[in-house]
Amino acid sequence: MAQMTMIQAITDALRTELRNDPNVLVFGEDVGVNGGVFRATEGLQQEFGEDRVFDTPLAESGIGGLASGLALQGFRPVPEIQFFGFVFEVFDQIAGQMARQRFRSGGKFHAPVTIRSPFGGGVHTPDMHADSLEGLMAQTPGIKVVIPSTPYDAKGLLISAIRDNDPVIFLEHMKLYRSFRQEVPEGEYTIPLGKAEVKREGTDITIITYGAMVHESLKAAEELEKEGYSAEVIDLRTVSPIDIETIIASVEKTGRAIVVQEAQKQAGIAASVVAEINDRAILSLEAPVLRVAAPDTVFPFPQAEAVWLPNYKDVIETAKKVLTF
Amino acid sequence: MASKTKNAALDAKTGLEEVEKQFQTLQILNEEGEVVNEAAMPELTDEQLQELMSRMVYTRILDQRSISLNRQGRLGFYAPTAGQEASQLASQFALEKEDFILPGYRDVPQIVWHGLPLYQAFLWSRGHFQGMQIPDGVNVQHPQIIIGAQYVQTAGVAFGLKRRGKKAVAITYTGDGGTSQGDFYEGINFAGAYKSPAIFIVQNNQFAISTPREKQTAAKTLAQKAVAAGIPGVVVDGMDPLAVYVATREARERAVNGEGPTLIETLTYRYGPHTMAGDDPTRYRTADLDNEWEKKDPLVRFRKFLEKKGLWSEEKETEVIEKAKEDIKEAIKQADAAPKQKVTDLMSIMYEEMPQNLKEQFEIYQAKESK
Repeated sequence: MAQMTMIQAITDALRTELRNDPNVLVFGEDVGVNGGVFRATEGLQQEFGEDRVFDTPLAESGIGGLASGLALQGFRPVPEIQFFGFVFEVFDQIAGQMARQRFRSGGKFHAPVTIRSPFGGGVHTPDMHADSLEGLMAQTPGIKVVIPSTPYDAKGLLISAIRDNDPVIFLEHMKLYRSFRQEVPEGEYTIPLGKAEVKREGTDITIITYGAMVHESLKAAEELEKEGYSAEVIDLRTVSPIDIETIIASVEKTGRAIVVQEAQKQAGIAASVVAEINDRAILSLEAPVLRVAAPDTVFPFPQAEAVWLPNYKDVIETAKKVLTF
Repeated sequence: MASKTKNAALDAKTGLEEVEKQFQTLQILNEEGEVVNEAAMPELTDEQLQELMSRMVYTRILDQRSISLNRQGRLGFYAPTAGQEASQLASQFALEKEDFILPGYRDVPQIVWHGLPLYQAFLWSRGHFQGMQIPDGVNVQHPQIIIGAQYVQTAGVAFGLKRRGKKAVAITYTGDGGTSQGDFYEGINFAGAYKSPAIFIVQNNQFAISTPREKQTAAKTLAQKAVAAGIPGVVVDGMDPLAVYVATREARERAVNGEGPTLIETLTYRYGPHTMAGDDPTRYRTADLDNEWEKKDPLVRFRKFLEKKGLWSEEKETEVIEKAKEDIKEAIKQADAAPKQKVTDLMSIMYEEMPQNLKEQFEIYQAKESK
């Protein structure tokens, strides 16, 4: 076991898979000798060579095409999109191409591609760096969307993502890269995709969340505890497909729920979680399922992040509304 | 200072003219089937020359029958190919089996000649998933609908072939309109930067639906766009099978020898509409222009060339035509026999392992389908 930040756990997962499988290729803008703009690929080119870890020209669509094409030659590409706000440049290659590769060929070809990309607010990045666009991806049949919130989850989920034989979008929250350390096992281990985790057990209300909002929700749960409310916090870990079973089991137990996301209310995936609960557990509900989400504006100018981004106080406020409905 | 600026502007214009001079059209056979460039003649055996002619005739019949079957409602999406036989088939003829083709939506003939059974091409036209269940060992992709996407993917396939150490190339096709796409530039630029074995063909058939090629770009040739990627670009008479063959063959040689990609512009024409989905070329093309290009018909000049060599006859041509018609009839029958698609089929080809949502929906549809 070693104490690792999330970024170290990610590097460790990449190293593990580069060692395990000669078909794994890591590429993107400045991921080679530079080790990535966040050091996520630090030391990998030195260890595995330029044939395995390499830089690309500055063109996201080209990177997507490179991944699609390399997959057709039996490689297991792990490309990086420097910031997920730049996904619009490569939307066709992800949603129009690799997500459909298996389907279009009736199973003859597939795209075992894992796209890594940082996102998330709270670190005062310039325009188009921090936007939460997982909702767009979650609406795309053919791909899975994974968002870890801890170093331990990040490593196990990334190894699973890379080994998955269909495309996976692996979104890394920038604020969580180095915000805390956690014990992470050496060597390989996997966490199944599509499986949520109960990060805190509770009996009065279920808080369903992912990404940086997991930590805001845990903080909120502690505060609620002081006021006598027991909150169960579920970290989705995979936002597409959603782990319905874990959510419904919790809601049936608590009878109340909120969904917490950093994305705008009209974006993200909270609305589908609410819909699933309504479909499957309406008879268990003591109150409507409410959402904590950002305002429906463009992602804020850096100086406005603090007043715009949802935080634990919003979680507490919304939880109380549901608890006292 | 003023005169200096003026000189710089003059230099830029001269520079452009110098660039344009580098892109002269390669032609071997003129419209009369006469060899006008003996030095560039490809080394093809008599049998190969006959085979190439047979394929061109066959494909012209395939086009005529496809249009007719489409009108009868027995085919779906169809993009006519008549006029482009030299451009499509002579380039494919220059390939080896291990080469990988990434076609556009009009490039069905190339993948058929590369090994895709005809009935599957018909199933693709109709919209059936079995159409693009490519047989093992046939190195082709489905015809790409997103114009330009096949270019960036080709850069990836070619890089993959290079990494695997294979003596093979990735080849792709787009049209004149497609050269305006970002993916077109990114594709040739990536392949250039990685010196990957790729052949990029631009089939300049003069129109992107109704938009003439002049409205796509002020560039005098499309081949000169290769300069932006720092790779060789050539213009060939796309109605001349021998010129197309030579250009592709040379690009292939360079590619497998590790010298990187080539961009080839073929000057060609589609005699039919853009697609069979209601396009009417009389709205944007004059009869004069059609006549001018009909004189350039690749079949006419290649037929004359072969007849003079005593390698082609009316009987031979009739034989090919009959064979084509027979094959097409058989293929349509085979396509008719394909099982109707079920929603559960579509679900089972989404992922290696179905996620929870699909598993649930699969059961629902399975129950519906068993009623």
